[in-house]
This record gives sequence, C-alpha cells and structure tokens, in this order.
Amino acid sequence: MKDFTRDENAERRGWMGLLARSAAAELLAQWDAAGMAPAFTWLRAPEVGGVMVRGRAGAVGAAFNLGEMTVTRCSLKLADGRVGHAVVQGRDRRKAEVAALCDALMQGDEAGAVRAAVLDPLAAAAKERARVRAAKAAATKVDFFTMVRGE
Amino acid sequence: MYVAVKGGERAIDNAHAWLAEERRGDVSVAELSVAQIREQLALAVNRVMAEGSLYDPDLAALAIKQSRGDLIEAIFLIRAYRTTLPRFGYSEPVETGRMACDRRVSATFKDAPGGQVLGPTFDYTHRLLDFALEAEGLVEEAATGAPREAETPHVTAFLNAEGLIQEEHVPEDDRPRDLTREPLELPAGRPLRLQALTRGDEGFVLGMAYSTQRGYGRNHPFVGELRIGTVPVEMEVPELGFSVEIGEVVLTECETVNQFTGSKSEPPQFTRGYGLVFGQTERKAISMALVDRALRWEELGEDNVGAPAQNEEFVLYHSDNIQATGFLEHIKLPHYVDFQSELELVRKLRREAMVGEKREAAE
Repeated sequence: MKDFTRDENAERRGWMGLLARSAAAELLAQWDAAGMAPAFTWLRAPEVGGVMVRGRAGAVGAAFNLGEMTVTRCSLKLADGRVGHAVVQGRDRRKAEVAALCDALMQGDEAGAVRAAVLDPLAAAAKERARVRAAKAAATKVDFFTMVRGE
Repeated sequence: MYVAVKGGERAIDNAHAWLAEERRGDVSVAELSVAQIREQLALAVNRVMAEGSLYDPDLAALAIKQSRGDLIEAIFLIRAYRTTLPRFGYSEPVETGRMACDRRVSATFKDAPGGQVLGPTFDYTHRLLDFALEAEGLVEEAATGAPREAETPHVTAFLNAEGLIQEEHVPEDDRPRDLTREPLELPAGRPLRLQALTRGDEGFVLGMAYSTQRGYGRNHPFVGELRIGTVPVEMEVPELGFSVEIGEVVLTECETVNQFTGSKSEPPQFTRGYGLVFGQTERKAISMALVDRALRWEELGEDNVGAPAQNEEFVLYHSDNIQATGFLEHIKLPHYVDFQSELELVRKLRREAMVGEKREAAE
C-alpha cells in the first residue's frame, strides 16, 4: 500500500474528482467493458445524501449557503487491504461503488490498467465536452467596431 | 381551532386517480419522459432546482412531470424530498472565478478581458412565436470559434484595482448560519439573506428588485458582470483528510456595481450587490443582486427610506414560495367547525344589532 504524500494527494484528488463528476452511465460503461471484478467488503455501503454547496458574497467575501446537491458516498476494502472511498455527484449507488473500486485499485498494481480503461477515456470525453461548449461560447463573443464619424 | 373529521377517503382516492389520468392527458399523444423534460425544459428544471434548493436535474424533471408543470408544486416536492436526505456536510465555497463560462457579459466594461460572450441567450431574439418548432426537425449545429482556455477574471476586480469599489471581506468566523438547520431569526445578516434570496420565489424577488428600480429604495445598479457556466464543487472528506471535487454545478452569477455618493461612514465609491443561483437563471440572479444591495443600506450607512426592499423582515419572511403557498392554500381545506362558530357569532351580532335598532325606533 502506498503512503500518500502531498503530491500523491494531488494525484488522488485528480482521479476522485474525475470519477465524482462523471456521468453514471459513462463510468459504468467503461468499467463494465474493462472487465475487472475485484473482491471487496463494504466499510460503508453506498448511501445517498445531500451536501450544502456554499458560495461567497461578491464572489470573494463572506461564505453563504447556496443550496444542496445530491451525493452518494461509500467506502470499501479490497482483499489485500487497500481501501477505496467515493463521494460522487448524484444518486447512483453503483456509480459510487465503481468509483470506490477504482480509487482502491489506483493505489496498487492495477493503476495503469484502470487509468487506461476507465480514467483516460472519461477524462478525454469530459475535456472534449468542455472544449465544444467553450468553442460554441467563443462563436458568440462580440467583436465591437467603432463607427468613425465623417469629417 | 382544528377538529379531526373522518370521511372522504373514497372521494380522495378517486380524486387522486383522476389526477393521475389528467396528468397523462390524451393517451393518443406520446408520453413525456423525465429525460425529455430535463433536456428540453431545462430552464424550468433550473428554476425548480434553485427554489427547491437541491441541485439534481433528474429529480427536478421528475417533480415537474409529477406536478403537471406546476413549478411551485414541483419545488414543494423537491423541498419535501431533500428533508429525507442525510446531510453529509458543507462544501468549500465555490470559486466562480474558475467558472467555465457559457455566457459572460458586462454592461459596464465593453472591453473586459475575456470579452462579451453572449452564450445561448433569449436576448436580441424578436419574441415572435416560432411555428417551425411545431414541426419536428433537426436543429442546425451552433457555430464554433477558438475556445478560450484561460480562466475569465471577474470584472469587479478591475474597479478594485483603482480602489473605486467597496471591497468584500471574509469575516473571521466564516461559518454562515443555515436556514435549513435553524429557524430564521432577525437581524439575519448578509450570508443568511443571500441564502433566503437564492432559494426565494423568482416572481417575488423580481418584484422586489423592480420596486427598487421604480424608486422604492433606488440604488442605481449597473450589471458589472453576469456569468453563466460550470464550476466544480469541493468538499473535505474526513476519511481522507483532504478535500476532493464531489461534482460540478451550473451557476448564474450577477455582480452589480451601484453608484454611491458616500455616507456618514463610507467614502464615495461604487458598492456591490450579489446574486448567485443554481442553473441558468439570470432574471433571478439579477433580481437577487438588486435586492441584496437594497438590504445593505444599514451596513453602508444609507438612509432607510422605508422602502419594502430595504425591509429585511418583510423580504425574508415573504420570499419563500413554499411557506407562502402552504399558508395561503391551507384556507381552502375544510374549516367547517371554525366556520360554524363564525356563523354563530355573526348571527348573534345581527340579533343584537336588530334589537338595538328596534329599541331606537321605539324611542
């Protein structure tokens, strides 16, 4: 098992965030295609709940409570003792389970396989979606021109 | 006085069965799916998420279907559902400066870095009914340009550089009170007011904002910036000991820049109002910013001119459409016993009044 230093936290934050943001159907499709089925025991079975999202007055001032979002969380342990956690957007329990399995597997020898089969395709799809939206937004950017008054 | 009266179960069951049938409508017309509502009535979904105070587009779409499109009823369903959810915690405050913007306009700075990006807006449409939508058909794909990769800076930061705008400060104790956890107590303070406004009824908040524009507590707003887009949500996970992204939400943010000639306590400067709302909800976000600014009169040392939008108690106690509709609509439910006593009272008063009249006539 790895001992997580600061940098490794950053790496883990990266994959946990990617898994949390992903659409359930997309994650499950990648996972099922990868054909991994590690044995595990629940430390905490998937549970649906709410997280209160906060904002800041004037974007940078005092924090305030904006409203909740639905979240599903779970924790599990692989046979070799690796522990995986998931706190993912939405109410899909299986999405949380698969995210926690990926989190656990990413901490060992299967990391490369999980990254190639699940994380990289999810990241690429998310990046492409963001790129398309940004490109459409860019096409609606106003180009001002000033009318010069005649002499 | 409320007295339980039995009876009516069969009538109620039959009424609900008929409701289900009416909800479905003409069965020769294809049934709406929740996914269709989520994708094609997205702004209704956004309003239900904002005022239901729960970000979950599928649930909001389901609520709209169940409520037959009655959005306040749908918001009611969402509010009821969210009370059943265990609270896992509070997120870190979202960083709207990191927003991937679909839309970003400023009415104050034409050449703001990042530019004026219109996004998928109704602005500049002619508001003529488009009968082409009656026919099914493919939509042309939107044009694309070179996507912006850098983050889009907040417009108010430019005014801040000159020291011309009131600064926002993070208070020492930055744990805001939470309306969903404790009853509303006054004075509320700005964080609690912002929570009430962001989940408040769009029509009410719009009306209040409009009243300030018409002169009831005028505050000279410009839309310094309006942005709509996606931001990640982070939360600290105790098991991990660090924070991770738990998802992302679409938000609309409005910052107003308000002319301010100074007061006893503050120099002349621009002041700000703030709106932040779930989803693409810009009418609500602009309204929220105007009302937020009006409610800040005391902290800015302005006069209270007695305008409704300056009255924290009035605004906060009447902004919630679920509280309002609950109290309003309960009067249509059976009040037979109450009314019996009212009837007795009016009959007695009439008898006394008539006796009095006869006596006067006799004298």
